[in-house]
Amino acid sequence: MPSITKPKIPLAPLPKNELGLTIRDYEGQMSTLCAGCGHDSVTAAIVRTFWELSTPPHQIAKLSGIGCSSKTPTYFVNGAHGFNSAHGRMVPIATGANAANRELTYIGISGDGDSLSIGLGHLMHAIRRNVNMVYVIENNGVYGLTKGQMSASADIGSRPKKGEANLLAPIDPISLGLTLGATFLARSFSGDKAQLIPILKAAVAHNGFAMIDVISPCVTFNDHEGSTKSYKFMREHEVKEVETDFVPVRAEIRAKISSDDVREVTMHDGSVVRFRSVPEGYDPHDRLSVEEYIRDHHDRGEIVTGLLYVNEGMPEIHELNDTPAGGLNKVPFAKLCPGSAELAAIQADFR
Amino acid sequence: MTIDVSNELRNQVNDFSIKLANVNGTGSASANGLLMQAIFRMGIPVSGKNLFPSNIQGLPTWYEIRVNKSGYTARALEYDLMVAMNSQTYREDIADVRHGGYVIFDSSWPLDAELEREDVTFLGIPLAKMCLENFKAPRERILMKNVAYAGAVVALLGIDVDVVADLLAETFAKNERLVESNKRALHLGYDYAVENFECPLPIRVEAMDANANAILIDGNLATALGCLYAGATVAGWYPITPATAVMDNFIRLCARYRREPVEGGEPGEHRNNYMILQAEDEIAAIGMVLGAGWSGARSFTSTSGPGISLMNELLGLAYYTEIPAVIIDVQRTGPSTGMPTRTQQADLLLCAYASHGDTKHILLFPANPHECFEMAVTSFDLAEHFQTPVFMLSDLDIGMNDWVVPQLEWDDAYVPDRGPVLSDEDLRSMAEFFRYSGVNGDHVASRTLPGSDEKGAYFIRGSGHDQFGKYTENPVAYQEVVDRLKLKHASAASHVPAPVVKRRDGATVGIITLGSCDLAVREAIDLLAESGLAADFMRVRGFPFVADVRQFVEEHEHCFVVEQNRDGQLRSLITMETGVAIEKMHPILAYGGFPLSAKQVVDGVLRELENN
Repeated sequence: MPSITKPKIPLAPLPKNELGLTIRDYEGQMSTLCAGCGHDSVTAAIVRTFWELSTPPHQIAKLSGIGCSSKTPTYFVNGAHGFNSAHGRMVPIATGANAANRELTYIGISGDGDSLSIGLGHLMHAIRRNVNMVYVIENNGVYGLTKGQMSASADIGSRPKKGEANLLAPIDPISLGLTLGATFLARSFSGDKAQLIPILKAAVAHNGFAMIDVISPCVTFNDHEGSTKSYKFMREHEVKEVETDFVPVRAEIRAKISSDDVREVTMHDGSVVRFRSVPEGYDPHDRLSVEEYIRDHHDRGEIVTGLLYVNEGMPEIHELNDTPAGGLNKVPFAKLCPGSAELAAIQADFR
Repeated sequence: MTIDVSNELRNQVNDFSIKLANVNGTGSASANGLLMQAIFRMGIPVSGKNLFPSNIQGLPTWYEIRVNKSGYTARALEYDLMVAMNSQTYREDIADVRHGGYVIFDSSWPLDAELEREDVTFLGIPLAKMCLENFKAPRERILMKNVAYAGAVVALLGIDVDVVADLLAETFAKNERLVESNKRALHLGYDYAVENFECPLPIRVEAMDANANAILIDGNLATALGCLYAGATVAGWYPITPATAVMDNFIRLCARYRREPVEGGEPGEHRNNYMILQAEDEIAAIGMVLGAGWSGARSFTSTSGPGISLMNELLGLAYYTEIPAVIIDVQRTGPSTGMPTRTQQADLLLCAYASHGDTKHILLFPANPHECFEMAVTSFDLAEHFQTPVFMLSDLDIGMNDWVVPQLEWDDAYVPDRGPVLSDEDLRSMAEFFRYSGVNGDHVASRTLPGSDEKGAYFIRGSGHDQFGKYTENPVAYQEVVDRLKLKHASAASHVPAPVVKRRDGATVGIITLGSCDLAVREAIDLLAESGLAADFMRVRGFPFVADVRQFVEEHEHCFVVEQNRDGQLRSLITMETGVAIEKMHPILAYGGFPLSAKQVVDGVLRELENN
């Protein structure tokens, strides 16, 4: 993917995070996406998230597949280790990388074509394996790089810029995740950084596979009348009844707010996610209630956003496999090779 | 010139072959294996080939045992003794016995008169009847019939009955009752044979001392051991015949050797120094291997042809982005689903050039389980040394049959070749790091691992990139990288295992082969020499080819390339990669799915010579 190095413009002293780094240190190359692309807003939210969390850039592994969304890892955290793989194949590569080195923060950026068509099988199995990573779907309902074909997330009746309306039922990654036993499911809108950043932070803190479906309009191919993934449609149909705050582990405000409409979830690392204005009958721990709530709203043509479901109690991939702390790639060879005496002993059975 | 291998008079002690015809799923495999193992323990060179269907129960299955005191244990095509236990295949099985041979059949039912042959001896044993009288449970009656015919074979061939009894005791060490019933069944057959026939037959065994330093092992287990010893920690795989047992064994070995007790933990609490991921498909399996390889763990997958087809896309990614990966291909009969339980060597070209665009890979060709162990280790060294996928091409014959091979050895001084990897300290001393710059003598650039200092961070991309790792669409910058990849591949020629060459005085022709053809070709060369045709032998063991391969072809007027595929893939690969004229090499091909025999090679060579 083409990329342009950003000029470094020294501005008035920028605030620094706990590592003494400014937000500039979390930026990447200049975006080559279309002006106004929703993906650039997601990139900006990711930059701010990692800066605010003070994640050391070199401890981040950023991966992607192929498509407009998959170009974006170039546009954030230059100091992170990046892997732009093949169409739909980011998940297995992230799984293998995570298997070898559990110490890094893994973030995968995908799109609706990458995730819901060519890579759908991999996505479903990563959910089952509970691979410890943040998985962002930049969902615009359309194939941008190949110029405007409908994707598997397009709603029935949604019209492409040219051609017939879509007649096929959409695949909703959140509903899919609920049926597969996903442990962290969120939906957001690229136009709403205030909502997206706390969700991203909670996703980083989550111990397992954290999937965020971000409706991210394609200004070139899917932002017209008749599209259900346009800025206008989202602004008119988004329902944000579930609001989330993220309270980092080091924050001082640890006092519990005891209010009926606030629910707290303590994440694996001790940080806290607070759900505010939780509607009656909705419980972000209860799959069935989440499913029902999303379905009811969807039937009314509304898109529910927020951190929709979280289960912090499930073992992630390394806990399931009893692997050592510190990463398999650091286990010394002497511990891996049983040696000549043992080889001779094993062969006593091969007679 | 003709050589009649079939009617040549044999010394019948420790030189014969038997075939056992059974019904799949009736438990015959363990009885047949028992016979082969007993002969092995008597110190006699022996091989066992399981010719089985892609089926769980009901279809015909065969097992062949060749006993040969001179060590010729490739598959024989003439059978001195047929154990005909499958009435569905009586006709072909009885026809398969050589003139003067023997047929054991179940005489609980009369044999159709039209199946009788004048020139073979029929040995009827009422196996079903005996088992019906001696065992109660229906399943036991079926299973014990196998042990009973094995007992008769033990008596007829003069196999040491104590060796067999010991084997039964070891096999069922955890179940006294089973030892007792198996021994009872063994003696039903043994005693019947002794009482009713002249035992032993002229074809028989006599103890030797040829196996003192040998083991009995299949290639899939040996491969798994190699991966264990090489220090592989991550494996991604999808079940497929005939490769499944590589991972089954690796799982078992890891559970035994890679579990570390937690200091101060609960009793039995442990940490696994490995992660084996059963993937959703072969695409995911190779993806996992690449992810782990990128992260600096030794990682591998085991598969067969259909799996390689699926992996092609990501193999190209690994080649172009220079990520180490080890792919074990236990070849089976293609194309498509083909014959999953039959052997072939037809993935050579698929693996050599796997993926779209200009790609070339490193291939290793083990000939037997001993080499599977060694070459599995070499595969990991080469993959990291050259930062590229390495394929080890085993096959079903090597992988799933038990072979008698020299004991495996391990040098405790072994140090894994991790290839050029930069530490944070290395990075500090550098002005700048660029992924594909600063190549070594083998045209390999140093890499960094994810998690290393920011200075070493870079962006892997399967899209066009320059020597700095940056995106490019510039023709010169693009070509610079792919040209280097070609040089890098060529550099591997001197690192892959060297060809095995055996020369004979006065040789005018050369025979080139690879992998599991080894034993059959070497036997064929001896047979040809007996009839006055001296041939030099070369078995290639790796790709890219060293200069010796070209030289070998050039120095012989005629060369024959023996391989197990329809299109002469090794022959084509040698021509494409060394430039020698393809006409200089005559193809000798066997690709029906059964292991190669010397007779096929001899007949092929003579036919080619007559035609030229």
